[in-house]
Amino acid sequence: MANHYYDAADLQKFTAIGEYQQELADKFFGWYGEVFKDSALTAKEKSLIALAVSHAVQCPYCIDAYSADAFEKGWSETQMMEAVHVAAAIKGGAALVHGVQMMNKTKAISM
Amino acid sequence: MKCMKSLKALHHQLASSTAQIAVLENGTDHTLPLFSDKLRAEELYPLRPSEITIFQVNVGKMCNQVCKHCHVDAGPDRKEIMTRETMQLCLDVLAANPSLQTVDLTGGAPELNPDFRWFVENIRQLGRHVIVRCNLTIILSNKRFFDLPQFFREHRIEVVSSLPYFTQDRTDRQRGDGVFDASIRALQLLNEAGYGMPDTGLQLNLVYNPAGAFLPPAQETLEKEYKTELLKRFGISFNQLYAITNMPISRYLDYLVVSGNYEQYMDKLVRAFNPAAAHSVMCRNTISVGWDGQLYDCDFNQMLDLEVACENSRHLSTWNMAALQHREIVVNQHCYGCTAGAGSSCGGTVTK
Repeated sequence: MANHYYDAADLQKFTAIGEYQQELADKFFGWYGEVFKDSALTAKEKSLIALAVSHAVQCPYCIDAYSADAFEKGWSETQMMEAVHVAAAIKGGAALVHGVQMMNKTKAISM
Repeated sequence: MKCMKSLKALHHQLASSTAQIAVLENGTDHTLPLFSDKLRAEELYPLRPSEITIFQVNVGKMCNQVCKHCHVDAGPDRKEIMTRETMQLCLDVLAANPSLQTVDLTGGAPELNPDFRWFVENIRQLGRHVIVRCNLTIILSNKRFFDLPQFFREHRIEVVSSLPYFTQDRTDRQRGDGVFDASIRALQLLNEAGYGMPDTGLQLNLVYNPAGAFLPPAQETLEKEYKTELLKRFGISFNQLYAITNMPISRYLDYLVVSGNYEQYMDKLVRAFNPAAAHSVMCRNTISVGWDGQLYDCDFNQMLDLEVACENSRHLSTWNMAALQHREIVVNQHCYGCTAGAGSSCGGTVTK
């Protein structure tokens, strides 16, 4: 077994997941391809969203793929970093807003 | 503009076409499938011409810019320049071969050739369509070039110009400090002369080159974005955008190797191999002429010193249309650049 968890070269092997379940893999890649086409949102806009989400889900493969894709599609470094900040703000806000639950519970058990 | 030297002036290893081919054929630490095998699988090998209609002429390697991706390794220090005698040989070939309907003038900055205007006037007298690959900044570089937009208009020249992006950072990063501002001003001057404007018939086409180790996005989408942004930001109009893939040759090859992107970029090109693009590569309808009159299958083969495989017609002085029409086109690993994705040619993508 490999002695590490992430290998950049594995990104290129993504389609190999079909080896264990081809039918579902085909459905996933077909759907994935459709999702990223120009439609109500442009492919360029979707690429920036994907970059932000990649950071939110902290997927190094996705970060590599969509950093390249977003830059290739014409987003600037500043715009890409702002997208990352949006992801970070939502993640930070998501943690903090649960602080209300913590406050509610604390107050509920307090005298 | 920051002064930079060509690889040749720096005595850089990759100034040699032999060294470039060695990198392309052997890679740095792994080998790629042979391009010829890819063609063979599509029953396209050996690659043969369709009808030769485009006569592309490199009138010299001198340029006022030193762009980081330049496959010519052009720059102010390059002295190779086409003589009027060689231009006359071009005119003789054109006069004798009416199928060569388009003359595509390139460089360096073609306008720096002292006989550029004489050459253009004579080609036009032969009734041929002329394309000039103008780098834009040349127009503002010296007062003797200020009237180029009027000269182009007078001779109904099609102007094709690189503008890597509609923002300053990406453009200057690739083509040199100050290039973006000068290019924008030059485009405005071309617009004022009628270029890119409705109903004038004066064609102004822009070229997008990726500013890094990646492929161009979809040409059609990018063209819409360029048109919107250039009009909004600078009041500039143009006709078409050509999205061109950077070829792993010369300064761009050097960039790929030095930045550690060579393998990844070549893998990307190979994975993106598109048989439909392979059917329509530009070398099938083009002959490329070097500054010294040597003949090549394309501008890229010219820079790699890969002459046409046509023993009795390798120079303008021995031009033999029938032999050239039946030659085998010389291919090598750099050809993956023309067949990746939607394909790439001097006129942009080759598939729809």
